[in-house]
Amino acid sequence: MGLIAAVLATVLQLVLVLALAPFLTGVVRTAKARLQRRRGPGLFQVYRDLSRLLRKEVVIAPNASWLFVAAPYVVFATTVVAAVLIPSFTFDAGLGAAADLIAIVGLLATARFALALAGLDIGTSFGGIGSSREMMIAAVAEPAMLMLIFSLALIAGSTRLPDIALVVQSPGLGLHISLLLAFVGFVMIAVAENGRIPVDNPATHLELTMVHEAMVLEYSGRHLALIEYAGSVKLLLYVSLIGAVFLPWGIAPLGAGLAQGALAVAFYGAKLVAGGCLLGLFEVTTAKMRVFRVPQYIGTALMLGLLAALLQLVSRSL
Amino acid sequence: MPMNSPVIDALLCVGALLGVGAIAAFNARKALTFVYGASAIVCAAGLAIAVAALAAEAPSTVTLPLGLPWIGAHFRIDALSAVFLAVVNLGGLASSVFALGYGRHESAPQRILPFYAAFLAAMNLVVLADDAFSFLLSWEFMSLMSWALVVGHDRAADNLRAGYVYIVMAGIGTLALLLAFGVMAGSSGHYAFDSMRAHGLDGAAAMAVLLLVLIGAGSKAGIFPLHAWLPLAHPAAPSQVSALMSGVMTKVAVYAFIRIAFDLLGPVDWRLSMVVIAAGGITALLGVLYALMQHDLKRLLAYHTVENIGIIFAGLGLALAFRADGLAAAAALAATAALFHVFNHSLFKSLLFFGAGAVQVSTGERDMDRLGGLIHVMPATALTFLIGAAAISALPPLNGFASEWMTFQAVFLSPDLPQWGLRFLAPATGALLALAAALAAACFVKAFGITFLGRARSHEAASAQETDKASLAAMFGLAAGCAIAGIFPGVFTDLLAPATQLLTGGRMPAAGPLLPLAPVAASHNTYGALAVMALLVLAGAATVLVVRLVASRATRLGAAWDCGFPDASPATQYTAGSFAQPIRRTFATIAYRVRETVVMPEPGDTAAARFSLQLHDRAWEALYLPVAKAVGFAADRLNFLQFLTIRRYLGIVFLTLVLLLTVLALWA
Repeated sequence: MGLIAAVLATVLQLVLVLALAPFLTGVVRTAKARLQRRRGPGLFQVYRDLSRLLRKEVVIAPNASWLFVAAPYVVFATTVVAAVLIPSFTFDAGLGAAADLIAIVGLLATARFALALAGLDIGTSFGGIGSSREMMIAAVAEPAMLMLIFSLALIAGSTRLPDIALVVQSPGLGLHISLLLAFVGFVMIAVAENGRIPVDNPATHLELTMVHEAMVLEYSGRHLALIEYAGSVKLLLYVSLIGAVFLPWGIAPLGAGLAQGALAVAFYGAKLVAGGCLLGLFEVTTAKMRVFRVPQYIGTALMLGLLAALLQLVSRSL
Repeated sequence: MPMNSPVIDALLCVGALLGVGAIAAFNARKALTFVYGASAIVCAAGLAIAVAALAAEAPSTVTLPLGLPWIGAHFRIDALSAVFLAVVNLGGLASSVFALGYGRHESAPQRILPFYAAFLAAMNLVVLADDAFSFLLSWEFMSLMSWALVVGHDRAADNLRAGYVYIVMAGIGTLALLLAFGVMAGSSGHYAFDSMRAHGLDGAAAMAVLLLVLIGAGSKAGIFPLHAWLPLAHPAAPSQVSALMSGVMTKVAVYAFIRIAFDLLGPVDWRLSMVVIAAGGITALLGVLYALMQHDLKRLLAYHTVENIGIIFAGLGLALAFRADGLAAAAALAATAALFHVFNHSLFKSLLFFGAGAVQVSTGERDMDRLGGLIHVMPATALTFLIGAAAISALPPLNGFASEWMTFQAVFLSPDLPQWGLRFLAPATGALLALAAALAAACFVKAFGITFLGRARSHEAASAQETDKASLAAMFGLAAGCAIAGIFPGVFTDLLAPATQLLTGGRMPAAGPLLPLAPVAASHNTYGALAVMALLVLAGAATVLVVRLVASRATRLGAAWDCGFPDASPATQYTAGSFAQPIRRTFATIAYRVRETVVMPEPGDTAAARFSLQLHDRAWEALYLPVAKAVGFAADRLNFLQFLTIRRYLGIVFLTLVLLLTVLALWA
């Protein structure tokens, strides 16, 4: 019974991740459009874009290698696996033992590694720009992420996500300043890792400051669809991660009744919509920064993580 | 049954290797296949002995009537030596197989072959030695043989310089180890490790020994700031030797550190562990930053060894700290992480050096800025190099990630430590290690991307050929090793358990091939590499299948888009230097006093713009040059001693003797 429930929960989680990821991107875009007094292309445009890309032919440069073709699949598969490992509506969908937060960060690093290599494969200068800047940003973001995880591990006593969520949800926890600092840090990292404003602008091309778009410039057709889809899944992953760790209310324990499960799914959807709207609001009110100021921005997140860990080391109640 | 004891078998292997070397010395031109083939077989035997000894757990000793007449030479295999014996022989086996093909391109085999076999024998001897005298003798023999391999191609001026710096640093390192053993032996002068172990040290003497060992073993391993010889010497040797020096000899140095700091020295004060942790963290970060600045492929790999040694020493330092405070389970985790990383690094660093060697043979180039596009002409080499690059960048599900994950988990246990200094230092080191890991990924995107991807930047790169079958066999073997150790890390942590039991009195929870890794028995956060791998394979296969069913399969070849600015020349691609530029600007300006100058011609002038970049290695300038100057100064001043008469020499000898006897009399 437990096994069946776990398998069902995992499958449901996978379906939710895949189905809701383009929707979340649509929410962000619509929110931005409305705030800019545009109508916007609608909530479901991302789905239409993906299906259009899937139906188009692929144009590949003659000197592309197998790596160029394989990279979109690797990126998509690793990102989806990482996203499924994050508790969305139930605490442990059975895969909690497979990977803790560090392993999830590692999986995202694998996806980035593959994409950065693909950016260099054709041998264009834009691809090189994108890869080299992406790796620079990652180099600052990863230690910041580790410090944030460390501060969470100090609070929760574990780096396993369901455990962290359970501890934060428990009523006896009280108010922690370090948790607040970690929350701000996580949001900053999430913005940077997803290539959102102010670090990168997902809506531009032909701009020397672009990072992610420069890397994937040579992709088309089904390959581009996979990369765009993976980008949406990654955004969903970070929103779910922040939701699970800092706002774990509504997450149901495994083995809860159907009604509670449905409620949990509804809570999850509400979190996604709220996260998407807030991100849209943040993006329209912020300007893109110069690429060499990004390390300072992420450095702030690192400092927040260090501070949170320090406070925890001084006193477990801070 | 003395004939069946593993230590005798291992010594027989050493003897066989020495014999192979001797035969090679007489007939090197024809002995290539014999030397590498025989070395491979002997190393395979050595590996089997090591694994069997590791499983058996009971130490096996022997005393041979060699060396100093009233002491004899003690040899011993315990769990710790067995681990390193396995690393040495696995590396030796892979290198020998690789060299069966690669070695044919050697222009002067008589300068390589004899020393190659002797070098392998020497490394085996170091991990077997059980008294200070045989240890130092083997250590120095290992240094000399590797030095001979470094200067094997003495026509290149760089190699001679590398060899000179290396032999000087090796001398300083051995001196430090000699002094460390001297302090441990004490006035009673016990040279056997057993009596040193029973003896124990504390206070100032322990501190002196630990610092001396950190200098002695650390200089051989590449601890900052004693690392400067390493990126000169390792790339200078032929690639199978570079792989051995970087992948294996640095591990023998780690062995020396562990043997003395954990085993012989007895309990170590927690303050000393701080030195080791800090040295590890700083070494890891600076090593990878240096690596990022390189455009010579083999030198980049050599600097990366410095980084990985830093990770290993950080783990060892944590283990010392946990052990000092009686946290056996955490100490076992940190020690297992360090030992597993030792093993993993020997796998992927050898693999990467083999790849660099294959590229060098096919193209004649080590400069990445003259390579590119090799994935088309050397697909198999590219695939194995890619696996090695992903493994060293600590990406799941490969082996580098498993050991780094364990190191991070050890860092996360540091709040249990009672001392404030350690509680702050450990997370700071964790952040340094995370930074180093992320920079390593950047560095290997650069190393693989610039070398193997893109368009060929020279005619040599465009017309390269795939390397030979023996080299490929070695590379694929090691790549498979990286994957297996990554997917089944539990098998290896279980194998390492007897060694950590010896070092820390604890062991990690048994995992086996199927169970996920758990840092300590009580912990809930686990890493199931097999499950992650299975999920990845499943997700990848499903994605391919669905895309095939749903999406259009039409594919057309067309010119690169490049935002409408297709560039005609391969010279417009990103190079090693331009790839590293953002990171150089972010991190290296202070560390290396980077100066970038751009000279633009006047408007209307069609002359080329010039860009120049200056990097300064501060360790070299602040530490090595003053020492070199001081030595030169002293040598000039003492030069007159060469031209004295015999009476004056005898007088000096007499005076020295009187002085020493006076000191001895006062001492007592």
